[in-house]
Amino acid sequence: MTNNQLTENGHLRHFLTIEGLKRPLLTEIMDHAEQYSSLSHRQVKKVPLLRGKTIVNLFFENSTRTRTTFELAAKRLSADVINLNISTSATSKGESLLDTLHNLESMHCDMFVVRHNQSGAAEFIAQHVAPHISVINAGDGCHAHPTQAMLDMFTIRRHKQHFPDLRVAIIGDILHSRVARSQIHALSTLGVGEIRVIGPKTLLPSDCKTLGVHVYHDMEAGLKDVDVIITLRLQHERMEGALLPSAREYFQCYGLTDDKLSIANPDAIVMHPGPINRGVEIASSVADGPQSVILEQVTHGIAVRMAVMSIALGAQSEIEAQS
Amino acid sequence: MTTQIENSELPQLLQSMADEIHDSLAGKNPLIIGIHSGGVWIAEALVDILDIAFFDAPLGTLNIAYYRDDFTRIGMHPQVKPSDLPFNVDDRHLLLVDDVLQSGRTIRAALNEIFDYGRPASVTLAVLIERNGHELPIHADIIGQSVNLSASQHIKLSNNDGLKLEFTTNGDAE
Repeated sequence: MTNNQLTENGHLRHFLTIEGLKRPLLTEIMDHAEQYSSLSHRQVKKVPLLRGKTIVNLFFENSTRTRTTFELAAKRLSADVINLNISTSATSKGESLLDTLHNLESMHCDMFVVRHNQSGAAEFIAQHVAPHISVINAGDGCHAHPTQAMLDMFTIRRHKQHFPDLRVAIIGDILHSRVARSQIHALSTLGVGEIRVIGPKTLLPSDCKTLGVHVYHDMEAGLKDVDVIITLRLQHERMEGALLPSAREYFQCYGLTDDKLSIANPDAIVMHPGPINRGVEIASSVADGPQSVILEQVTHGIAVRMAVMSIALGAQSEIEAQS
Repeated sequence: MTTQIENSELPQLLQSMADEIHDSLAGKNPLIIGIHSGGVWIAEALVDILDIAFFDAPLGTLNIAYYRDDFTRIGMHPQVKPSDLPFNVDDRHLLLVDDVLQSGRTIRAALNEIFDYGRPASVTLAVLIERNGHELPIHADIIGQSVNLSASQHIKLSNNDGLKLEFTTNGDAE
């Protein structure tokens, strides 16, 4: 099956999902990110690689961290950036979306960074844009958030190096989490020894086993011998949807406290994609503690997004050569 | 016309480059920067000959991948090691080292990158081989050997079991 994210030569042209991508490609993204990370120590923190390119942040759903790091990433590559925050109107979505795209195409943009509350939105856009435009998925519904997963992998690699030796536990609302889904695909592609998901039955997908993960409903058992702990944000609407009794009860069962953290390996790192709910999925003392790498994740988000943007726009040279 | 260089001549060429570098930069507390990958090997060899104390800091390395002028034509290059300048370049005398100077485009990219680190007092360019085919007004200050090759001939430095120059004809090697 052909992967519509890739060029004929197997280079990344759109970045829509981790699913279906091979390990060397994920490693390539992390290697480039490693190079871009070194820029932050320089007087001039940007490189001229994407000078003259125009990148549009097309956000149909609110975001501060993701949009800001995409914008910084584009600017550090010397691209011009436009931020569009488009509130979705459920009724006019289909048609207005394509109209918006065609208008932006007419302005000779080169890349769309798309966030949307509908699963599949980025892929839909990738199917309909002109061939000279690359699309990066910055989160679509419950489906995927591939750049978040890659910055998480990059953060893990920075601390732990060898993926096959690792046990990684993801705690929380896996069912509704595009972050968890992309993380699981990335972790298994990179050959992580054991992937665990920990959470209440109502928040775990029924197809967990087919994803190749081990399921735990109990923190004590789930965190034993773990090297990397990823906590997920608990969205308030899950409580309203009767999937959970209360935030307090959730914290008692699945909140990451110092006590529970001590069950994991002593050098385990604690991650969270943000924004964090202190006292709901994670205790403040853990979020701010010595094992937390949460703010590092944010920093790495810039370098990883630079890597993805430059690789995808680099692949455009192949498309142009063919046309 | 072809001027072949015997690999046995390499130590001599490096020695004469080192002598010239000594003459022009001694007393200026210079800093040395090699361009990945061949330039770094030559720079390492020069540091060995001149002695580490000649330079004011460990060898710096440049990966000019993000400063190339062919991104829109051929996209990203495969990865080598990141740039690493373990010193401040402001107001310093730099010795920039590469293996082969041909078009001058690599040096253009390297200079641009260096200036994103700061404002050096001077940059001296040393190359092992200078060949015909300049496309920019860039010339080396210190040259191991100048050669004249036809457009279909290529020259490349390798470093398996010691430095070695390889000449190929009409290849796809760059």
